[in-house]
Amino acid sequence: MLLLVAVSIDSIVSNPRFEWDVVGDYLFDDRILDGLVLTLELTVAAMAAGIVLGVLLAVMRLSPNPLVAGASGFYIWLFRGTPVLVQLLFWNFIAALYPEISIGVPFGGPEFFSIQANSAITPFVAALLGLGLNEGAYMAEIVRAGILSVDEGQHQAAHSLGMSRLQTMRRIVLPQAMRVIIPPTGNETISMLKTTSLVSVIATAELLYAAQLIYAENYRTIPLLIVASIWYLALTTVLTIGQYYLERHFGRGSARELPLTPWQRFTRIVVPRHAEPATEPEASGR
Amino acid sequence: MTEPMVRAEQVHKRFGRLAVLKGVSLTVMPGEVTCVIGPSGSGKSTFLRCVNHLEKIDAGRLSVDGQLVGYRQEGDKLYELREREVARNRAEIGMVFQHFNLFGHMTALQNVCAAPVQVLGIARQEAREHGIELLRRVGLEDKRDAYPSQLSGGQQQRVAIARALAMRPKLMLFDEPTSALDPELVGDVLAVMRGLAESGMTMIVVTHEMGFAREVADTVVFMDGGVIVEAGTPSELLANPREARTRDFLGKVL
Repeated sequence: MLLLVAVSIDSIVSNPRFEWDVVGDYLFDDRILDGLVLTLELTVAAMAAGIVLGVLLAVMRLSPNPLVAGASGFYIWLFRGTPVLVQLLFWNFIAALYPEISIGVPFGGPEFFSIQANSAITPFVAALLGLGLNEGAYMAEIVRAGILSVDEGQHQAAHSLGMSRLQTMRRIVLPQAMRVIIPPTGNETISMLKTTSLVSVIATAELLYAAQLIYAENYRTIPLLIVASIWYLALTTVLTIGQYYLERHFGRGSARELPLTPWQRFTRIVVPRHAEPATEPEASGR
Repeated sequence: MTEPMVRAEQVHKRFGRLAVLKGVSLTVMPGEVTCVIGPSGSGKSTFLRCVNHLEKIDAGRLSVDGQLVGYRQEGDKLYELREREVARNRAEIGMVFQHFNLFGHMTALQNVCAAPVQVLGIARQEAREHGIELLRRVGLEDKRDAYPSQLSGGQQQRVAIARALAMRPKLMLFDEPTSALDPELVGDVLAVMRGLAESGMTMIVVTHEMGFAREVADTVVFMDGGVIVEAGTPSELLANPREARTRDFLGKVL
């Protein structure tokens, strides 16, 4: 096993075709960094949209009103049942379907606002719509699982105190559902970070597309893919750490005492908080 | 003549094909303590849950403080109340559950203050002061910053009672409040309930604690098979039951 690791490392370091010097040259290239920023923007915006949409859809799906629950079910069916790549392309070519987007009274009423679809739906907007709306469908199921994980007694107690269905959701159920919702949401965020690379098909210069543009010029394909991979790995690592602290925050009240963070554990070892008095002659005298 | 606090007339409730309540009639006057006893599955908890509309009744009439529960009458037609109106009526009825159902993400004091702030719109500071006073009343002032998971069952149930009292209810419902507790913790909870009864609170208590029923209740009701078999003062019902089913049940639990 160790031998296998050693051989792999040796091959990665010694194989000149990895071109590690080129990797170093392009790691902080402006175009790569711009792509990185766009990737981050897309991830954050699409996840934010997905979470808001997901909470809304989950609450709707659990509504006693069959029409409301059905609408949410239909949305999830539609957006979960088609590939996100196809959805991205659809949004990108939406202008072919609806050349003009306008707000007004339907069926021949007055028009208040109108815009050309091609100018409104830029590739970035299309990417955001595609990723965010798709994510909403997945988040809806995650949030629903979280809500269902909260004991029925919590609903009853809240109702018996006169709280409405929405108050109960917002103040009592959702905060407790977070404990179950966060781990898969962290998973989704990491997945989203990587799914943004699909956006390269609609010519949005996120991290992967930026790398592709560069290697289309200089043919250093492998090193530039490594550059992109390093950044994806780095961001994933940051997200994982963030998730740990978020989970810890919402774990309040479920465990009797919060576990120490790795950093706290480290500092306790280096600087013992309670210096143990081995012998304290004065204390026993009093 | 004073208006009864709770008036149930021929209340029916079924879950699918299973008829749980088959015509329950009961009157509770203000300030009265009514204990409901009976074997499990007799419908006593369901009846309690109907009183604050956690369950919808299928037939009969049920009113609290002169107001129909969950419905509004116009002429001889009944209209179902909207959610907000149901919630407003529930806010005036306190309920204590077998499994406490404290909000796990809130401290004891936050549990007590949440509903007064959010439902009644009471200022945070005022709710806090009232909450501390209530926690003192149930003997848990020093536990106000503890989360439910850090409290014993008996302590949790006393916080739950304080939480219900924070809404200044006119009626308190107790659904087997001591059934999930270790025997040595039951006494503290019953003591709090006894104090509440002495302060004049109208209470309906579903319980298996015959000692409590004997000492505190004004009326004891025996339910079996979805109907009230027998009702009377504790001395009548517990000492000299008229019905064979009551005698049978008391023979098993006493």
